[in-house]
Amino acid sequence: MAEIMLELRSVSKTFNPGTVNEKKAIDRVSLNVRRGDFITIIGGNGAGKSTLINAITGVFQIDEGEIILDGADITGLPEHKRAKHFGRVFQDPMLGTAPNMAIEENLALAYRRGKRHSLRWGITSRERAFYREQLRQLELGLEERMTQKVGLLSGGQRQALTLLMATLIRPDVLLLDEHTAALDPKTAEKVLKITEELVRKDNLTTLMVTHNMKNAIEYGNRLIMMNDGRIILDIDGEEKKKLTVEMLLEKFSRVSGSEFTSDRALLS
Amino acid sequence: MLDTLLAGVCQGLIWAVLALGVYISFRILDFADLTCEGCITLGASISALLIWKELNPFLSVLVAFLAGSIAGTVTGLLNTKLKIPPILSGILTMISLYSINIHIMSLATGTGGTANLSLLTFRGNTAYAQVASLLGLGRVYSSLIFGVVVVLAVSGVLYWFFGTELGCAIRATGANATMCRSQGINTDLTKLCGLALSNGLIATSGALLCQYQNYADVNMGVGSIIIGLASIIIGETLFMKFQNFYMKLTGVILGAVIYRVVVAFVIYSGMPSTDLKIMTAGIVTVALALPTIQKSIASSRLFKKARRRENGRREGGGENG
Repeated sequence: MAEIMLELRSVSKTFNPGTVNEKKAIDRVSLNVRRGDFITIIGGNGAGKSTLINAITGVFQIDEGEIILDGADITGLPEHKRAKHFGRVFQDPMLGTAPNMAIEENLALAYRRGKRHSLRWGITSRERAFYREQLRQLELGLEERMTQKVGLLSGGQRQALTLLMATLIRPDVLLLDEHTAALDPKTAEKVLKITEELVRKDNLTTLMVTHNMKNAIEYGNRLIMMNDGRIILDIDGEEKKKLTVEMLLEKFSRVSGSEFTSDRALLS
Repeated sequence: MLDTLLAGVCQGLIWAVLALGVYISFRILDFADLTCEGCITLGASISALLIWKELNPFLSVLVAFLAGSIAGTVTGLLNTKLKIPPILSGILTMISLYSINIHIMSLATGTGGTANLSLLTFRGNTAYAQVASLLGLGRVYSSLIFGVVVVLAVSGVLYWFFGTELGCAIRATGANATMCRSQGINTDLTKLCGLALSNGLIATSGALLCQYQNYADVNMGVGSIIIGLASIIIGETLFMKFQNFYMKLTGVILGAVIYRVVVAFVIYSGMPSTDLKIMTAGIVTVALALPTIQKSIASSRLFKKARRRENGRREGGGENG
């Protein structure tokens, strides 16, 4: 058991190289994530937050650098082979679930994350009892609707379900990419609460991208701020606990030499 | 009259196998796969060739299924590995199958460029003939029974398969590929499996059709994708209440049978059979356009209602306005 759960060594990614749309999305990013860390990631538009998450999960291959998970180099692995290590929740509530399949079928897929898909029955009655138990913890009444299609659920319910799916088998790292951004404030708060409970219950190593400064400060034990594809702030431990929005803004302008540019972050 | 109806049902049961195949690619995988057009002929020509070579006709259907799966796999590889768009991948395979099918049929006659094979000399050695002599029934009723058995077996296997872990993964791939990859599903592989199964069934349907009508023709596949779609859409429109998976498969089968019965009666009533394809295209167009038309009618009604209310308000509160 390594102390470091996830390590990025000088990871870079440029999109559309050699064209007018060339964009260096992340630039020599290095990061050590300790086992049990709950890191919030904040930054303006185009800072590279989502690219960082996608690089870790292997949505694309990175140009340079190495990604080490629990001591093993996963840099070259395709996305579906890394999936067993990661639980993921996306910004778009549509992306995390299959709408035309039942709630229990979605959970059954998640329960088999990273395993071979055989010709055994896709869902067993013993599993159903387990899913019912898990769904009850969300306190959304979904345990009574297990055979309904996920397409009938609201955005918030879907995100809560996706969270459950991401943690149904314990992931090495839980990756949340602005997973409350598409929800109304009240629902967002509820989903965040569920997030915190799930993370705390299993002491999950978590990276949570958010555009909300208050949330970034309130949750987690460590905060990372990104700008122009680089990590410009990494605030940890006691210092993180004392952090306020004003302090964060002030630190940002000192380090980056400019004003924080995301209206969304300041207004919400 | 009754003969027309029964012949329509017999054909419908054969086309139902094709429609189930098209349902897998079109609805489950969300992949508009045109391989179908070449694949049904592939099944027919392989089955015809093997019957010419005096192989067991039932075995020839199985071989046709395998050949169809290979064709589907090729389309899948073009799409997943070479990143060719779905429609184009299907067209490429379809057009290659045209040449391949002629080669297959030429193997039977020994002369190159054979574009059709008749089974008349081997009439007694088709699956339908054998079932008829086995059951001791007339051709029509034995064909009906055989067709029902085949369709029940195929849909039963499909129901089982799409309930398994692999089947669930294939269904999820069509619904949300991003989610699948994040759940560790190799979406390239699930697509290949789905397309192989789909085209296997389409070729099976071709093999049965060839043995039913006693000939294979290189052009018999033209328009078959539209017939498959028409069956699916007729089934979905008429049996909207069918929601769970088995009922949906039943809807597709009934759709195919209804389509074929309608066609049989249209031909019976004297319409030239060459006009069938435009009639089918018309049915599919109307069915596909229906949701859009309904929506635009509904929204124009809403608009009129809103304007009426607006006018009413303006007249009522004119002084303040």
